[in-house]
Amino acid sequence: MANIISDETIEYVGILAKLDLSSEQIEQAKKDMGSMLDYIDKLNELDTEGVEPMSHVFPVQNVFRQDVVTNGDNREQILKNAPGEKDGMFMVPRTVE
Amino acid sequence: MAKQYETVIGLEVHVELATKTKIFCGCSTEFGGAPNTHTCPVCTGMPGSLPVLNKQVVEYAIAVGLATNCSITRYCKFDRKNYFYPDNPQNYQISQLYLPICRNGGVEIETETGKKVVGIHEIHMEEDAGKLIHDEWENCSLVDYNRSGVPLIEIVSEPDMRSAEEVIAYLEKLRLIIQYLGASDCKLQEGSMRADVNLSVREVGAKEFGTRTEMKNLNSFKAIARAIEGEKNRQIDLLNEGKKVIQETRRWDDTKETSYAMRSKEDAQDYRYFPDPDLVPVRISDEWLEEIKANQPEFRTEKMLRYKEEYDIPDYDIDIITNSKHLADIFEATVAICNQPKKVSNWLMVETMRLLKEHEMEPEDIVFSPENLAKLILLVENKAINSTVAKEVFEVVFDKDIDPEAYVEEKGLKTVNDQGALRKTIEYIVEANQQSVEDYHNGKQKAMGFLVGQTMKAMQGKADPAMVNRILKEILES
Amino acid sequence: MDILDLTAVELAAKIKEKEVSVLDAVEAVIKQIEEKEEKLHCYVTIDKEGARKRAEEVQKAIDAGTLTGPLAGVPVAIKDNMCTKDMLTTCSSKILGNFIPTYSAEAVIKLEEAGAVIIGKTNMDEFAMGSTTETSAFGVTKNPWNEEHVPGGSSGGSAAAVAADECFFSLGSDTGGSIRQPASFCGVVGMKPTYGTVSRYGLIAYGSSLDQIGPLAKDVTDCATILEVISSYDVKDSTSVERKDTDFTKALVNDVTGMKIGIPKDYFKEGLDPDVKEAVLAAANLLKEKGAIVEEFDLSLVEYAIPTYYTIAAAEASSNLERFDGVKYGYRTEDYEGLHHMYKKTRSEGFGEEVKRRIMLGSFVLSSGYYDAYYLKALKVKALIKKAFDEAFAKYDVILGPVAPTTAPKLGSSLAEPIKMYLGDIYTISVNLAGLPGISVPCGLDKAGLPIGLQLIGNTFEEKKLIQTAFTYEQARGKFEKKEGK
Repeated sequence: MANIISDETIEYVGILAKLDLSSEQIEQAKKDMGSMLDYIDKLNELDTEGVEPMSHVFPVQNVFRQDVVTNGDNREQILKNAPGEKDGMFMVPRTVE
Repeated sequence: MAKQYETVIGLEVHVELATKTKIFCGCSTEFGGAPNTHTCPVCTGMPGSLPVLNKQVVEYAIAVGLATNCSITRYCKFDRKNYFYPDNPQNYQISQLYLPICRNGGVEIETETGKKVVGIHEIHMEEDAGKLIHDEWENCSLVDYNRSGVPLIEIVSEPDMRSAEEVIAYLEKLRLIIQYLGASDCKLQEGSMRADVNLSVREVGAKEFGTRTEMKNLNSFKAIARAIEGEKNRQIDLLNEGKKVIQETRRWDDTKETSYAMRSKEDAQDYRYFPDPDLVPVRISDEWLEEIKANQPEFRTEKMLRYKEEYDIPDYDIDIITNSKHLADIFEATVAICNQPKKVSNWLMVETMRLLKEHEMEPEDIVFSPENLAKLILLVENKAINSTVAKEVFEVVFDKDIDPEAYVEEKGLKTVNDQGALRKTIEYIVEANQQSVEDYHNGKQKAMGFLVGQTMKAMQGKADPAMVNRILKEILES
Repeated sequence: MDILDLTAVELAAKIKEKEVSVLDAVEAVIKQIEEKEEKLHCYVTIDKEGARKRAEEVQKAIDAGTLTGPLAGVPVAIKDNMCTKDMLTTCSSKILGNFIPTYSAEAVIKLEEAGAVIIGKTNMDEFAMGSTTETSAFGVTKNPWNEEHVPGGSSGGSAAAVAADECFFSLGSDTGGSIRQPASFCGVVGMKPTYGTVSRYGLIAYGSSLDQIGPLAKDVTDCATILEVISSYDVKDSTSVERKDTDFTKALVNDVTGMKIGIPKDYFKEGLDPDVKEAVLAAANLLKEKGAIVEEFDLSLVEYAIPTYYTIAAAEASSNLERFDGVKYGYRTEDYEGLHHMYKKTRSEGFGEEVKRRIMLGSFVLSSGYYDAYYLKALKVKALIKKAFDEAFAKYDVILGPVAPTTAPKLGSSLAEPIKMYLGDIYTISVNLAGLPGISVPCGLDKAGLPIGLQLIGNTFEEKKLIQTAFTYEQARGKFEKKEGK
């Protein structure tokens, strides 16, 4: 396997992705990510010098809304699925000390 | 000898645009709604919702770019900036990294040390976050997404500033330009203009920049000036102690006048930007750009020249009035009604400025309407009230934008023009103050003032002082 | 007459003629569900009462003459990654296990406007990540042709429900083959339209630049009819394309004379099951007999499609799935200390293994220092793949090949080796990368009696050529034998 994924990398990616992995999961993740990256490295066989990266398949552009208010008060609907709610707001663990 | 240091400052200025709706949905941007009443699936990150770009946001961003001498990126895109925080409902912010809409501009500032140009690295469009409220009772935070998705432009300067004075001059210049464009009201206190300060220090003469820190949470010019001073000293102290400055984000606490690091292991600050696949690119054609250029308003320099030609008011007044778009708007609208430029200017320069200072307000905070100022001026002009009463009435106009005509009527403040009644009062005053009459005849001019004052007092101020003078003289000389 | 033997279009016609009532159709489907569902598990949510109530409303509108469309009164199943107002929408994930949307996906609204009756929400691979429907948090779906086999995925529940007559048609979504492959494995017709043809509003995103909603149906006629109904230019979806040629049923023409069909040689190399190869080539021959010009050609870059796809899809997914954090909706973990712990615990408990695997990969390829090497490189290869298709479509009207290298694998045999599972997407994935339309039509059975699918790929916006070719093939092929004992 060409790509060796370290514990630090998995821990770092876990912070970015907000995922906590158990020690077995970390071993599996290292293996999986390593082999996927080996596989993805196949793309390096292709010369892409000067190729424009294609983020959108079609040349669709300039899709706009006009600056007109179309939405009213949706609070009840917006909060309907909230796991925690208070005073018309979403309740979350305290964000500052 | 102690080392000499130079401060190097760059700013990231966020400006909330004055659109009616949010950047990617049709929710209102109005301030002050009850929590989460200006929200929809898009601006709360509901599953399956998709963003659609508000055209006015692009036009404001281009207008600001043109007014700050930027080149406009003709093909620009939106990118996702990924980070987890509850005020950011999708846990990514839609912003621009790779192809921001404006680049390579600059504005000229003037300080006591002279004129200089502060470069603008780029301007990009992005969405604002929601608001977090901390609940002391339940030890939790509450999220209100009313501000989530409000359009922002972020103006990133080059590290061209060297002092707090230059920073303030730059901010004032930006604010004036943006206010003239009508793209934002730029109120620091309300957060519609926010500045993050990137600051480093280096030894005088050094070519390399020092390690910089970024300071957030600066919501007034005074706080910015204090934060710059504080951070500069903190960095110099570190260097003098042989320590290193760490590149980090710091939060300024203006009440304690110190900053503290916002570091956390969970803040990797690796935003994994990539083009947002839900939004399509924006292409700005020559025609569109020309249209926006043609619609650019009159800027300050042009306005100053026009005032000089159109209105006979002093250069000093022109300078002050045009230094706030809001003030200039009030001036022009009031003149349009009452056609008394000099009087209008006087009211703005003297009474308005006095009250602003007294209330620690900015010209942008003025609430009175040109209609009511014009009415007040005409009341004085028509001698319906005298200038003392007018000043009192103006304070109420300034406070609550009341209709001065109705107010004067209601409070019975009108000058008494009934000469008979006035004459009767004066005769009574003369009768009751024989000593003063004698003094007057003995050449004591002060006595005249006393008698006028007594008359005004008896008339509860509602007399025209000129008329009082005239009648009093008649009686005394007769 | 057994109502369940009718196609969707046939059923709607009978309802219109008052030979069958909407409630009859709904009850027939409910009865079938009651018989089959315990074994097959096609659905996450079944709304019998809602469907009965809706049947009455629709019947009234049909009787009043206000509903006249070709799908009025037809029971439909919706993949559980499309929002349905007031009906549980889970993406087959624990993290959305309690999510009840307050709005419906645009495609669902289009169906409702046409008078279709929603029976329920179908099972799928969690967040559409998988090829077998085994990554669902709510249990596996079994292949109605052989319950020891998977139905394919990720729209496995949608395909199996149609194959088992637990609905008359269904909606699926296709990010890398997720409609066409399960359609192939379950012996039904499935179509992924050109990117931008069906609004994505209300479709819970996996890979936004690749996702597209499409129909799974009993035959090509149903498929074209459904697509015509759900296609729309939607101002709520910036990637929606305004087209004037969505009258797809006009293409139901039994004629391929002069149609130029290209067969990529690369699609018939090692790894392709001989039974599949034989059936697909036989289908090509049948079209040749009907007057099509069939040629082999070299479609380059086939082997690069999978690594390109997994880079792009994982990257987009890692960002799209950030919103599932226990704050606004869905699952929130019980015990936590502080915000970030709540995030991590909620997401670690709420997502399944395959989803976590792709989120980790996606976060990595976008992270500082790797973006250019992986993500940007993949976007460049995507441009090359699109170019290869452009060149092919300069010569051919339609590209023909298999949908998948094999028929449906046995339950439990795929997830252990992710890359091997990913390789199964080799013929379908490049179609998504290039935004093209593709259709899967049953073309035979393998030795074990499992269905084989024929894939036809068209140039962008050329669904009509696909529909015409597929329809002509279907007519020539004759009735596709259903599974015994149904």
